[in-house]
Amino acid sequence: MIGPNHYLFLSAIVFTIGAVGVLTRRNVIIIFMSIELMLNAVNLNLIAFSAHLQDLAGQVFVVFVITVAAAEAAVGLGIVIALFRNRETINMDEIDLMRG
Amino acid sequence: METYLFYALALILVTFSILTVTARNPVRSAVYLVSALLAVAGFFFLLEAEFVGAVQVLVYVGGIMVLFLFVIMLVSIEALDRQPKVSRQWRTGVVLAVVLCLELSLLIFRGTVSLEEGLAEPGIITTTETMNTEAVGTVLYSTYLLPFEIASVLLLVAIVGAVVLAKKEI
Repeated sequence: MIGPNHYLFLSAIVFTIGAVGVLTRRNVIIIFMSIELMLNAVNLNLIAFSAHLQDLAGQVFVVFVITVAAAEAAVGLGIVIALFRNRETINMDEIDLMRG
Repeated sequence: METYLFYALALILVTFSILTVTARNPVRSAVYLVSALLAVAGFFFLLEAEFVGAVQVLVYVGGIMVLFLFVIMLVSIEALDRQPKVSRQWRTGVVLAVVLCLELSLLIFRGTVSLEEGLAEPGIITTTETMNTEAVGTVLYSTYLLPFEIASVLLLVAIVGAVVLAKKEI
């Protein structure tokens, strides 16, 4: 029988894969997609607990997480476009304006 | 049946997550991510959260990923394909990710709070008499009304911010 532990472990795996993407890739857009992957791992946890505890609060929280993810994607991709227009790059290693 | 579905969806999710992170071409990465998000939506349907599953497909797959594809088209650079795809600090990143995975596994397998006991007091009970969408809507517009309004303000701020950021001259 599939319990919450299965979902927790699966979610931990997906979250770690997303973290690897955020920490190792150079392309800003792929880093954004890795962040979306991590948010989805958290959503999976929330829904698993919602089903296990028979509590609707988890599902409502997932709606809010998706809202925040949409806002984050809109603003973040706006930043990427502005960055590409000014610096002609979307490469993380070359974005070091604030380096001392 | 549920067990087989879980393992099939888990295999799809993990495979496409790895492909998303390792793909060289951002467009391929986006398509793999769409598959991973659909697998997550499948989990939502499996856990009887139909409303959230539908929102996942509509908003994530239909909205956010299309936005991603548009931006990839706008900033596509062919020269990017010949550069190394990992950043300078990738060794540190991998070490930190392994540490994170070990921490999460330790928390799951050695946690002292039992999941079987459940909460001390039950929350909002999901009833089988009403539909899932109806139940979520009732809770969203009563208990979580203030967060719901704040989320709408957040979306407005995000719209204005995205327009200002993407404008030609600021």
